[in-house]
Amino acid sequence: MTTVDDLKRRVADLLAAYPPESTPRQDFLDARFDAGLAWIHFPEGLGGLDAPRSLQSVVDKELAAAGAPDNDKRRIGIGLGMAAPTILAFGTPEQHQRFLRPLWTEREVWCQLFSEPGAGSDLAALGTRAVRDGDDWVVTGQKVWTSGAHKSQWAILVTRTDPDVPKHRGMTYFLCDMTAPGVEVRPLRQITGEAEFNEVFLSEVRIPDAHRLGAVGEGWKVAQTTLMNERVAIGGTEFPRDGGMVGVVTEVWRERPELRTSELHDKLLKLWVEGESLRLVSSRLRQQLAAGAPGPEGSAVKVAFSELNQAASGLEIELLGDEGLRYDDWTMRRPDGVNFLGREAGYRYLRAKGNSIEGGTSEVLRNIIAERVLGLPSEPRIDKDVAWKDLPR
Amino acid sequence: MSDLLYSEVEEDLRASVRDLFKDRAEPAALIARTETAEPYDLELWRTLAADLGTAGLAVPEALGGHGASAREVAVVMEELGRSVAPVPYLGSAVLATSALLATDTSQAEVTERLGKLAAGTLIGALAVPLSTAPGAEFPSAVTAAADGTLSGQVRSVVDASVAELLVVPAVGPDGPGLYTVDVSSAGVTVTEAISLDLTRRIADVTLENVVAKHVADSSVATSALDTALVTAAGLLASEQLGIAEWALTETVRYLKERYQFGRQVGSFQSLKHRLANLYTDLVNARATARYAADCLASGDDIAIAVAVAQARNSPIAVHAAEEAIQLHGGIGMTWEHPAHLYLKRAKSDEIALGTPGRHRAALAPLIDLPA
Repeated sequence: MTTVDDLKRRVADLLAAYPPESTPRQDFLDARFDAGLAWIHFPEGLGGLDAPRSLQSVVDKELAAAGAPDNDKRRIGIGLGMAAPTILAFGTPEQHQRFLRPLWTEREVWCQLFSEPGAGSDLAALGTRAVRDGDDWVVTGQKVWTSGAHKSQWAILVTRTDPDVPKHRGMTYFLCDMTAPGVEVRPLRQITGEAEFNEVFLSEVRIPDAHRLGAVGEGWKVAQTTLMNERVAIGGTEFPRDGGMVGVVTEVWRERPELRTSELHDKLLKLWVEGESLRLVSSRLRQQLAAGAPGPEGSAVKVAFSELNQAASGLEIELLGDEGLRYDDWTMRRPDGVNFLGREAGYRYLRAKGNSIEGGTSEVLRNIIAERVLGLPSEPRIDKDVAWKDLPR
Repeated sequence: MSDLLYSEVEEDLRASVRDLFKDRAEPAALIARTETAEPYDLELWRTLAADLGTAGLAVPEALGGHGASAREVAVVMEELGRSVAPVPYLGSAVLATSALLATDTSQAEVTERLGKLAAGTLIGALAVPLSTAPGAEFPSAVTAAADGTLSGQVRSVVDASVAELLVVPAVGPDGPGLYTVDVSSAGVTVTEAISLDLTRRIADVTLENVVAKHVADSSVATSALDTALVTAAGLLASEQLGIAEWALTETVRYLKERYQFGRQVGSFQSLKHRLANLYTDLVNARATARYAADCLASGDDIAIAVAVAQARNSPIAVHAAEEAIQLHGGIGMTWEHPAHLYLKRAKSDEIALGTPGRHRAALAPLIDLPA
C-alpha cells in the first residue's frame, strides 16, 4: 500500500536525480513517468504505482512546489482523458508499452475520430468502413468535429467492420497513425470564426491489426469506456470558488460599477450560486471517486456545467451593453488547445454554445441519466434488430 | 477540505430514522391526521426525539446531548423532508435548542432547559415568525418591562402550538434580550393558525405581562438569535434536499408503472428529460446541503455556505414538488395522494428562514458583488 510518506520520498528522489532547474523539460517528464509518478493509479511500469488515485494530488503539489515542469493537460487532454484509460482497459501489453509513455510525456498528441457527418449523437450509426486485408485493415470514411487533429500523431478511431449485423455489433476500435498515407485533415471553421476542430478524411488508410483495440466487433463496448471518461474529463474539471465562466463575469461586475443594474445583480447572484453549487458537486464527485465509490453524477455535472457556461457568458455580453455589440476578431485561427475562457466576451458566448453539444449533447446525457441512473425505460427502438446496412439514412 | 460525503454513523442514523418514519408516518395516516384535533404525532415525536436521541444530537454531552454536530442533525432533516412527518423537530430540536446553546450555558435555567430539550422530554419553540431571515434586525414585537415581564404578539411561530417552552427575543429598557417562558404561565396565549403546510404548523403567540426568565442580554441575545436562524436555515437545506429526493423517487416510480398510449409513460423522452433535470437539481442540492452542514459543524465559511444552500435548495425543492404533481397527472392533484403535502412543505420552506432572494442579497457583500 502506497502511503503519502512513500510518495513524498519518491518525489524527493526524483527531484534529487533530476533537478528541475537543470533538467530539460522533456527529460524530466520522461523521468517522472519512469518513476511511476505520472498517473500513480496506473500500473507499475506504465507511469504509475498501482496507488490510490486520490493521492495524485500529493505528487502534483510536491512537484509544483519544487518548480518542476508538468505536461500541458490542455494540449494532450484527449490523450490523457480519453485515449489513455481506454488503451489501459482494452490494450495488449505491447500496446500499453508502445503508447502510454509518449502519450503522457507529450511526445505524441492524440485526437478522437468518432463523430461523422451522419453519426453524431447516434454514434453507433457510423459508416467509416474498415476491411480486413492480410495483417492490415483498410479504412475509408469521413470524420468530423475532430479537435486538434492538425496537431496529433495518433487517433482513437471507431469504424464499421460488419454492415450486416445491427449497428452496435459491427463496430471495431483502432489506434490510427495520423501521419499514415490517406489521412487528410481539413480545418472546420466554427461559429467563433476559429478552427479548433477539423474534418478528417480517411482514404484507404492501412492500419495494422496490431493497432486494433479490443476484439473485432467489440468497438461499441470499447467506445463506451472512452465516452464515460470523456464526460468525467469535461464535467470533473476542478475550479475554484468564483472561478470559471462565472468568475469572468464577476470580474467585470467588480471593475465596472457603471454597468450595474438591479436586474442584472440578481441574475449574477443566481449564477454565482449555481457556480458555487456546481463546484461543490464536483468536489463531492472527486471525494466519491477517492473513496472508491464513483457516483453516477458525472453526466449531471456535464449538463449543469454547459448551462452555467452559456448563461454566464450570455450575461457578460448583456452586462457589457454597447461593448457587447462588438467582436474582437473574426480572422480564422488554429488554436493550440481548447480554451472556453479565452479571448473576449463575444468569443466566450459563442464558444459556450458548443458545451452542450461536444462530448455528448445535453439531450443524450439526459437520456443517459434517465435510463441508467433513474432506470426509466428507453424509447421504442426501431433500429434494434436491423442490420446497419438496412437502416434508413 | 470539507467532507461532503456521509459517514457510516450518519448512514446508520439515517437508517433508523427512515425506518421509524416508514412504520409510523406513512402517507395515508399523515393525510388522515391532518384533519384531526391532533395534527402533530407526539408519540412519534417521543420515539424520534427521546428514544432515537435525535433531539440532542448537536447538544454537548455535558449538557445532556450526544455531542454530535450539525452534520448528523442534517441527516435527520433530510429524512424529515422525505417523510414530512408531523413532529416539532425544526422548532424544538433546531431553533429553540440552537438559540439556548448560543447563550451562556452555565446558567441554571439554560442548563436545565437544554437538558430536557436534548432528551426530547420538553418541546420548545423560538418566538419569531418562521419567515425571519438570518441577519434580520432584532425583533421588537415583544417588549420586556422593567420588572422583567414580557408583552407583545409574535405571529407565525413554527411548532408553537405544541411547545411547552418558548425562547423569546424581546427588547427591554436595556436593549435586546433573550428570555424563556413557560407556555403554561399566566398571560400566554397560543392560537394555532391555519397553516399552508399541513404537517408543520405555525401559531400566533400573545404575551401579556408574562413572567419570564432572562437568559441573555444585548450582544449575546442578538448573536444567539442569529446563530439559531443561521443554523436552522442551513439545516433546512437538508430538509429541502429530502423533499426533492422524495419527489423524484416517487415520480420515477409512478412513470414506470403508468401506461398511456400503449407504453410506459416514463419511456417518453420529453418526460425523461424533465426527470433528468430533477436529478441534476438533486445532485446540486445534496452538495450544497452537505457543505452547509459541514460548515455549521466546523465553524468555517458558515455565512456563505448557508446563503448558497438556501438560495439554491429552496427553488429546487419547490420545483421538484411541482413537477411531481404535474407528472402524476390528475392523481397528483388529489387530496389522497401525498404529493400535496410535499408541495405545501416545499413552498413553506421557501419562505421559512429567508426567501432565496433574501439569501442572495445577503450573499452579495460576502462575495464582493455589491449591488
